[in-house]
Amino acid sequence: MTFKSAFKVIQAGPLASLQDAGRFGVRQLGITQGGAIDLHAWAWANYLVANPWGAAAVEITFGGLKLEATTDVQLALAGADLGATLDGKPMQTWTALQMRTGQTLAFSTPRNGLRAYLAVAGGFQGEPLLGSLSGVAREKLGGHSGDGKQLALGDILHAQQSAGDSPTETRQIPPTEKLDYSRPAVLDFILGAQAEYFSGVSLFEFFNQSWTVDNRSDRMGIRLNGPILQCAINNLVSEGLALGAVQIPPDGQPIVLLNDRQTIGGYPRLGTLTPLSCARLAQCLPGQQVTFKPIPTERAYRQHLNFLKQVGHSKLSE
Amino acid sequence: MMTLPRIENAGLNAWLVRLFEHIDDTNLAPIMSLARQCEKAFGCALIDLTPSYTTLLVEFDLLWITPAQALLKLQGLLAELGQSEAIAEGPLKQLPVWYEPSVGPDLLRLATSNSLSVEQLIELHTATIYKVFALGFAPGFAFMGSVDARLDAPRLATPRPRVYAGSVAVAGRQTSAYPAQSPGGWNLLGRTPVTLFDRNREQMSYFQVGDRVQIVPVDKHEFLRLGGDPTPQENA
Repeated sequence: MTFKSAFKVIQAGPLASLQDAGRFGVRQLGITQGGAIDLHAWAWANYLVANPWGAAAVEITFGGLKLEATTDVQLALAGADLGATLDGKPMQTWTALQMRTGQTLAFSTPRNGLRAYLAVAGGFQGEPLLGSLSGVAREKLGGHSGDGKQLALGDILHAQQSAGDSPTETRQIPPTEKLDYSRPAVLDFILGAQAEYFSGVSLFEFFNQSWTVDNRSDRMGIRLNGPILQCAINNLVSEGLALGAVQIPPDGQPIVLLNDRQTIGGYPRLGTLTPLSCARLAQCLPGQQVTFKPIPTERAYRQHLNFLKQVGHSKLSE
Repeated sequence: MMTLPRIENAGLNAWLVRLFEHIDDTNLAPIMSLARQCEKAFGCALIDLTPSYTTLLVEFDLLWITPAQALLKLQGLLAELGQSEAIAEGPLKQLPVWYEPSVGPDLLRLATSNSLSVEQLIELHTATIYKVFALGFAPGFAFMGSVDARLDAPRLATPRPRVYAGSVAVAGRQTSAYPAQSPGGWNLLGRTPVTLFDRNREQMSYFQVGDRVQIVPVDKHEFLRLGGDPTPQENA
């Protein structure tokens, strides 16, 4: 497949990288999952430009990024409002639009949420590594450069040769899916087997107190501050960690493990967030409050499948 | 005391199969056997398998299988596990190591603290055929055991911000080699010239879970001949 240059980075922000659905089948080599940390917004950005599930988009954290279009391109923005402008004019999130060669797309600072997704018709292109374009800085794998580096000044982003020259069908996002990230986040939580090692008081406090997002948070995990949780065991033998696992280190403050988490670890775990709640948490700024709500697996399953259907996952929309 | 094996909830699309309570060299064969059975039984519904010392994490695709169906499948596999044929031992791989204080700054300290001469320490570290129990921490980082009890040493109180690629290290009853430069809190004994992880190689990771590993001590000349990087490790 031939690719063409679609954007040139004319100002690098604090953190932007290509992300798709993630890297799978390689966990036994110690390679992490990666992928869009807000699965929800990433999927809706791709939906707007009629991309199939799995297309790579640019994940922009905090803002600061400035891109110049090097070709006419059909694009969409979803997720956080980072004060995006097109040639200086405010641009709406959760919409698709046509950008002309030479125009500048700029992100300033977070106004609502933390991470925005920029999708182009046909998806961003590059050399997939282990089946994925997701950039993981810690592992020096993937991304637009192949070595996990974030977007830097002068970098070029590629798109498909023919895509984006003419607008695709007009697609809308249901209003209920355009999330307001400034509202308190209620996170769906599936209780895990090791919950039995935590005191009754700790379990009560986990669900009934609110938690504050710590600034020591990144794509590996998000730390939360609140009541000190007590666990009868300190260290376990290291074992595989799933997305959204809530581990409690000896300081009693939870860490929610996200896309770039270590593959195995030995702290006790209280349970796991659902994938959609991981996505919601990823939009919280440090200092924001979150609460946990238990959800039965069956309900979480229906909720997830409904989401995949809404964003047009091909296997469900056949 | 829990009854094992048991299957634990690990989230919407994952079950953690706990097969053993404690680390043991004999855990590996049943865990890897279950992993092979999962590959067959789940087929395209399988997303990932993460084996570790006592457990196997099974992640599956919700588009193909419900959490309840996945649980049933795993229960079926566990019921049959005892009867399935034993799997062959993993391949034996050699790991040449240059034991040298300039690239293994904890060598002398560890020998002293464990009342050994450096020669005795090297002999103990190379005498065991290790098994790879898990890969993690970084791509290609193999957790190998079990190290002779006479070499047991805690991790550093403060991890080094920069450990060079190839550094061979011990922590507790485990040993490993750093595939790439990274922070690290294990005790450094020397360095291997082997490239442990190369994304351009078909088998990207030199080690796979289940491998048996024999450490072969080499001198500086041999280390360099095999392509080793002798840049001294700063001790900070």
